[in-house]
Amino acid sequence: MPRIVEVRQKVLKQNDILARELRQRFKDSGVFVVSLASSPGSGKTAFLEKTLTLLRPDYKVAALVGDLETDNDAVRLARAQVPVKQITTGTLCHLEASMIQHSIEDWQFDELDFLFIENVGNLVCPSSYDLGENLRLVLLSVTEGEDKPLKYPTIFNTADVAIITKMDLAEAVEFDLPAAEANIQRVRPGMKTITLSSKTNTGMEAWLDYLKSMV
Amino acid sequence: MAEEQSERHGAAKVTAVYLKLGPLSGVVKVALENAFSLAREGTILENAHLVIEQIPIVARCPKCVADRTLPSMQAFICPICQTPLSEIIHGKELEVVALEMEDLEVPCPEL
Repeated sequence: MPRIVEVRQKVLKQNDILARELRQRFKDSGVFVVSLASSPGSGKTAFLEKTLTLLRPDYKVAALVGDLETDNDAVRLARAQVPVKQITTGTLCHLEASMIQHSIEDWQFDELDFLFIENVGNLVCPSSYDLGENLRLVLLSVTEGEDKPLKYPTIFNTADVAIITKMDLAEAVEFDLPAAEANIQRVRPGMKTITLSSKTNTGMEAWLDYLKSMV
Repeated sequence: MAEEQSERHGAAKVTAVYLKLGPLSGVVKVALENAFSLAREGTILENAHLVIEQIPIVARCPKCVADRTLPSMQAFICPICQTPLSEIIHGKELEVVALEMEDLEVPCPEL
């Protein structure tokens, strides 16, 4: 005779447990962890490179970058002269808490102020995996169109802050900023939005002020 | 999870997996069903079927002081009073609720 056994377990329970452990470890070490998610080509690496460069004189910073293949991003970010580690996921489209745990095994956190985790360029799967971060950013570049938040609501819904990048191109692509902001507010009411250009530095100061206010 | 539970409950096989799925989990029902039918091969779930209960998005409206079911994840707005809603009650579920198991068939001893 078949019988029903109640389970009530999250399918991603294992990831959630690991993420919670990571978050505690980060807290104990006094490191503030920021993750970045966006579609490929929205300027995550340029934004991160600029952020690391501007923070480095006053803070101890490090970065983990996820990609399917190549260490190009790690090489690029190393130009900021901070510790960088590449996580190549093979064919996996997102980072998981276990990969973060694995990559930082031999790191000394007590000396770090900020750790940045650049997720694989993908607006779908990264939304389902907690990485133990304190702040999750979702990046949207002006060339992608104002309706991106409506097309990918789950990532906007799980992120804390939206960063609109490549503002130096806004005029050329006739980017409608109020429309983009309204779409962000539709899928995540109250979400903080920062507009900037990693190339010209416009808005970088506002972003860094906000980041520093979090710690 | 299924192996662990069936072992704990002394069952021989799992015949069904009952799952709650919300749209904000980022998982799509059809894709999950396809993946399940492939992943179950050669496991204790070999002949199990997947029963998915789709959970709508429910958010609390601070103005109405009520939980509202949202027709779409493109607008977190109270359908009654149009207030933006940020407190999500349901919709993120990706949760195994129960497993249906069967015991080993013990042949009746002949009398």
